[in-house]
Parts: sequence; structure tokens; C-alpha cells
Amino acid sequence: MATPIKTLKEIPREELFTPGHRLCAGCGIPQLVRMVLKAIPGPKVIVNATGCLEVATTIYPYTSWKVPWVHNAFENVAATAAGIEAAFKALEKKRGVKRPKIIALAGDGGTFDIGLQALSGALERGHDMIFICYDNEAYMNTGIQRSGATPRGAATTTTPAGSVVPGKIERKKDLMGIAISHGVRYAATMNPAYPVDMYNKIVKAASVEGPTVLHYFCPCPTGWRFDTAKSIEVSRLAVQTRYWPLYEYEDGTYRINVVVRNPRPLEDFLKLQGRFAHLLRPENKHILEQLKRDVEENWNRLMKLAGLS
Amino acid sequence: MRVAQTAYARQQRVGMTGNEAVAYAVKQADVDVIAAYPITPQTIIVERLAEYVNNGELNAVYIPAESEHSALSACVGAALAGARVFTATASQGLALMWEILWIASALRTTIVMALANRALSAPINIHCSHDDAYACRDTGWIQFFAENVQEAYDLTLMAFRVSEDKRVLFPSIVNLDGFILSHGLEALYVLSDDAVKGFIPPKEPVYPIDPERPMTYGPLALFDYYMEFKKVQAEAFKRVYPVILETFGKYEEISGRRYSPVKTYLMEDAEVAVVVLGSSAGTARYVARRLRAKGQKVGVVSLTLYRPFPAGDLAKALRGLKAVVVMDRSYSFGSPGAQLFMDVATALYHERERPLLINAIYGLGGRDLMPQHVEEAFEVAREAARTGEVKEREIWLGVR
Amino acid sequence: MSVRPLSWRELPAAPVITEAGSALRYKTGSWRALRPVIDRGKCIKCLLCWVYCPEPAIIRGEDDGVEVDYDYCKGCGICANECPVKAISMVEEG
Repeated sequence: MATPIKTLKEIPREELFTPGHRLCAGCGIPQLVRMVLKAIPGPKVIVNATGCLEVATTIYPYTSWKVPWVHNAFENVAATAAGIEAAFKALEKKRGVKRPKIIALAGDGGTFDIGLQALSGALERGHDMIFICYDNEAYMNTGIQRSGATPRGAATTTTPAGSVVPGKIERKKDLMGIAISHGVRYAATMNPAYPVDMYNKIVKAASVEGPTVLHYFCPCPTGWRFDTAKSIEVSRLAVQTRYWPLYEYEDGTYRINVVVRNPRPLEDFLKLQGRFAHLLRPENKHILEQLKRDVEENWNRLMKLAGLS
Repeated sequence: MRVAQTAYARQQRVGMTGNEAVAYAVKQADVDVIAAYPITPQTIIVERLAEYVNNGELNAVYIPAESEHSALSACVGAALAGARVFTATASQGLALMWEILWIASALRTTIVMALANRALSAPINIHCSHDDAYACRDTGWIQFFAENVQEAYDLTLMAFRVSEDKRVLFPSIVNLDGFILSHGLEALYVLSDDAVKGFIPPKEPVYPIDPERPMTYGPLALFDYYMEFKKVQAEAFKRVYPVILETFGKYEEISGRRYSPVKTYLMEDAEVAVVVLGSSAGTARYVARRLRAKGQKVGVVSLTLYRPFPAGDLAKALRGLKAVVVMDRSYSFGSPGAQLFMDVATALYHERERPLLINAIYGLGGRDLMPQHVEEAFEVAREAARTGEVKEREIWLGVR
Repeated sequence: MSVRPLSWRELPAAPVITEAGSALRYKTGSWRALRPVIDRGKCIKCLLCWVYCPEPAIIRGEDDGVEVDYDYCKGCGICANECPVKAISMVEEG
């Protein structure tokens, strides 16, 4: 496997994802896509679930993609990728066709919710693919509806901050846990404010034969209601408050990549975002406390798994 | 016919169920990828294929998908990558695939699917209705209907050739009546592997996924382009019919078996007829023969091809009749008739003289179609012919 | 950006875009309300703006110096917000 990079200068210049796409200003998805296309050298195929990335980058006759890109439907990205992987496996055996790397990209809807069954099936069958979830914590493409990835307390258009029910009251699903329990050999979380870490994790995922899962924190200025300029700032705060732990799982071992010894108060992360504004009001203190407990419990659990506590 | 005799001489006569015959044809077609999910009464097809793969008799990748939706999704991906692809399903499984049926056609994949026709729930049932086949009539798949095990085998082979023909590039469904054909053991002739190889040339995909020539498959097309893409697809589908006729002809050359989208039986001077799909054609012919012996001028029309619907050839076959009973093994709630009835009525609309039409619902959920049911249908047709009017537009055969 | 829309006869058999990266012909610079201006004297060539740009509309030069591609820049302001030496300022489009 390639040695990990240490600086941004080592990131290849070549862009296989072009501007001219219709993603919102300040969107957090392209930073992931650019890094994926840079970190995985050689032939590759992108398989994209329905969602923001899909609709905004391939509006006929315009495409931002300079690699083969396939969209089938919403819930079936892992199955479609599995079919492509199987086809290349068969064609390699029968006709000597070279097998490309298969990369499935889906939002949290296409991963946590409607796409979960197909993902589970593909992971269990062991297809050689990298599955990457860009998690902006709600159905942004259809107008900010809650998903299984929406955190407790967040306001979405289907969990509005009402006077009786203050936003989403349920906890976010643990995607990494779901992936790991399928027996994948490598899984990791990523965040755009940590590009070197992200690059190295993509390289590592690509070096593993069999399915791997990458879970990317994807800032969304439109859905989370913050200034477009603050995408990276919000992302960094997610790590610094322990809201989004950067960690990886590799053949049975957990490693926390950014050990946050002195976390910033969670409020620093929340107060930049309109989706959490109501949590900072006294009447919703109980939800804020619950969210804080979710964050703390998750951190402590991971520290234990990583042998750091 | 001399050609036919030579052809038969080179064929092996074997006993197989419909499911086994389909699986055997798929093996001979040397598919690259199979993705499927078990469902009665199709399951034996994919079980056999898994055996062929695991025993090294078929060099293919078998994806035991976790649902039919994923099975067809994987087929779409595999077909786009340039593979020859097969799947099989029935009823609820087809319903779960439904979303992807449209995509498979619009992306011009050449997937071949066997559909062991089964009734849709509720109540849950595992036996034959044509609900599943009808439910995907608008999705842009070619649909064949087998009448017996031999046809299930032959049509599966022909489906690969038709779908992958560069003038076609549409996926195909081969319908075989659940249990009646899927599990019915019959004698059939099978071609040699070499003959099949010659009949189905290696797949030459038109836009295969190729990192050297990166393309974007399945983009977003809004009001400015969606309609144009549908027009492309519609015009392309209109060009499928002659290729099917040509393929039937080529298949006859190697097999000696003649196929036609519209099959007619005792129709030369017939005054009334029934129109059927699938295995019921045999029963209908048996009854027609008996009634002919009594001097009744009855005939049978059956369809080997359901999509593209052979409207012109069917209208021709029904020309000069006084009354026709269209037999539907399904029901379309609130429609002016069941599914085949509506197609037949539309096909006849442009005729100068049209027969009276009656819709007979039969065989739902595997209810046996008995000779007396077909006799009843002919009797209703004869009465309409005699009186010049249709008493009841819709009759149910064999319902208590 | 007004191009003659194609008729169905001119379209490929399937909805496939055969020209890779054709989005380059779609200029999103018109979305911009604020314009990033780089003070090259202050720039330390750290490449953060290049990595963080969502378009990408920051062009990385041979010497790792950076320039804004105004054809595509939507003016989100991430580059200015993240520049560690405040070498990028957001100026109102006039």
C-alpha cells in the first residue's frame, strides 16, 4: 500500500470532476468527490444513488464527470455497484477485461434508510467495492426532510422545531457499527476539514480487497442554515466538539485519528446552524442535554474500543 | 420439411420441466452474470443455474441478491458493464422490481428475464395468473409467452438474440405459466451447444462502461430533454417487431420449429374464436377440435408475442369473424376490460368491420381451465354471433 | 449559454452523456454575489483554498500559487473564510 501523505502538496493536481455543476454554493460534497478521484489512481467507476450529487452534476447534456459514472435509482446503489463488479469479474475471466475500482456514492438517505437493505446485501456478499456515504444528515435533495442520520434535536421540514415537539427526538443511527457488524475489513469516518486524513483513508479503503465503507461528514449550508463561507468551519467544529469523531476500523482494530482531549462546548458547533437554533432556548434544554449525552456516550464508547480509556 | 428433419436429427430429445428448460437455455447462452432472488414458482431456474456455476459447467458470476429489487438493479449494472445477463422472478418479485424495469429498458440494457407467471397478492397465492406480465406491459420490455416447455426453451434462446441485436437493445421477458409450465415435465428437443453458440453471437455492447471512454449513464433530463429521450425509446421499440420476425425465421432454420407472433388454429372459415395467452392455448385447441367435429365454426388465436403487441397481425387473424372471446388470466379493476381485452379491442378499432367482443376472465390463482370452460366461452361467442349482440361483456369462467 | 436544444433524432439511443466533463460549458460564475480576490503578496501557497473549493474554481499553479476561476466561482466564500493568512477578501460584484 502507498505510504500515507502528510501534506496537501502531495495531493495530485488532476481534476476528474469539473466545475459547472449545480450543487449549492458552499456545498460539502465536491470536496469528497475530488479527493476520491485523486486518491484512487487507475481505472475506476462511480456508481451514484439518487440525491444532491446525482442531480446537480449530470443535468443533460452536462456532466461534471470525467470517469464512468452510473446512476440507476435511489435505494439500489450498492446493488448496481455489485452488478458492475460482478460483470467485470466475469469479463476479466472470460475476455481479459481489466477490472476497475468500483466506488458507490450515496447520501444518508441512500445509505441509512432506503438504501440500507441493498448496502447490507452487498456487504454481506463481499463485493469488491468502496461504499461512501456523504452524510448531510437529512434528505436535502427533496427539501431537508429528516432521515435516520438526522441527529437528535435537529429541525428539518418533517421534524420542525414546534412548540410541542422540538425537532427530531430520535437518535442518529450508527452507520459505522452497522458496516463493521457485517464483517467489513475497513471502515472510517471522514471530514472535509481534515483533507490529509480523508485522502489517506480513501487510499486505504481502495487497497482492501472486498467491501469497505467510508462515512463522510457533509456540511450543508442550505439544509443546516449557516453562511456558505462557514462549511469548513462548521465541519472542523464537529470534530473539535467530539460531535463527529474521526476514527477508523481496520481488521478488528479501532483507531481514533483525532483524539480530542479538550473538546470545545457542543454549543459552539450548534450555534452556527439554524437547524439547532431552538436547542439553545431554555425550554428545549432537555433535548440539548440528551444530544450532549449522545455525543459523550459515543465518544466514550469509541475511546474504549480504541483502548484509550 | 427437409431442413427441419436435418435440424431435428441434430437435436436431443429430453424430458425437462419448464424451469429446467429455461435454465438449460440460459447455460447454453453462456451468460456472464446472473442476479436473482428466489420466489415460487421460478426458484428452480436459479437453483439450476447456481448448480451449473458451482459445478463449473457455466462460467458466470452468480449474485444471490437480497431482494428482487437488488437483483434487477445488479442486472442493470452488469448489463451496462457489457455482460450478458439473466434473471428470473414471479409475481411479488416482479412487482418489487417494477421501478427498475423502466430504467432497464430506458438505459437500453439487454437483460433477459424468465417470468414464471403467478398471481399477485392478496390473498397470497403461488399459482398462475398473468397479473405480473400485464403489470409491466408499459415498461419497455419485450414480452414473449410460452405455450409449452419446448417454447419456454426456444423463446429463452431467441430472447437473448433479439435483445442484444443492435437494432433492438431492449430487455426481454419470457413468460411461462407458473406451475403449469414451470413445474410441468414435458419432452422437448434441445439444440447442441455449438448450434446455440452460432445462433447467439457474442454480445457487442453499444455503450459499455469503459474507463478509457468515460461516459455518464442515467443523467437527469428535465422538461427540456426527457420527452425527446422517450421519443427515441418509442421509435426504437417500434423497430423491434421486424427483428423478432427475422429471429423467428433464423431459429426455424436451425431448429425446424416455426414461430409466429400470432398463432392461428382452425381459423380459415371460423365464425367465432377465442384469443389466449400461454398454456391455455392447448386446452382451447382441444375444445375447438371437438366442436369442429360437431360442425361448429370455431377457431383459436394465441399470442407468442405480447410486447410489442402484434396488433396488425392479430387484427388480420380476426378479420371476418362475427364474435371473439378474449380470455384474460387477470383482472384490471375499473378498466373497460381486462388487459388483453383492451389491447385486442384497440387493435380491432381501426378495422372497417369488427367482431363482437366478449371478455372472459379465467384461471385466476391457478384455477384449472377445464374444457367445459372453453366450451362455455365458445357458446357465448356463438350466441352473440347469432343474435348480433353481446349480452354480457364480461364473463367469469369457472367461478363459484 | 443558449444553445439550440437537440431534437430526438440527434440524441443517443439511451440517456448517456458521451462527452466527459461537458459541464465545463456551463458557467456558474453568474451565481456569484461576492467575488473572492486573492492578494498574491500575502499568499503562502498552503493550498487550503484549493482543497476546500467545492467547484473547483481555484486553479493550482505550477508553483502552487492559486488563482480564482471566475467562470465557475459561485462566491461561497469558503476560501476567504479558511485562508490562514487572510490573503483572500470577498468583494461585492459591481
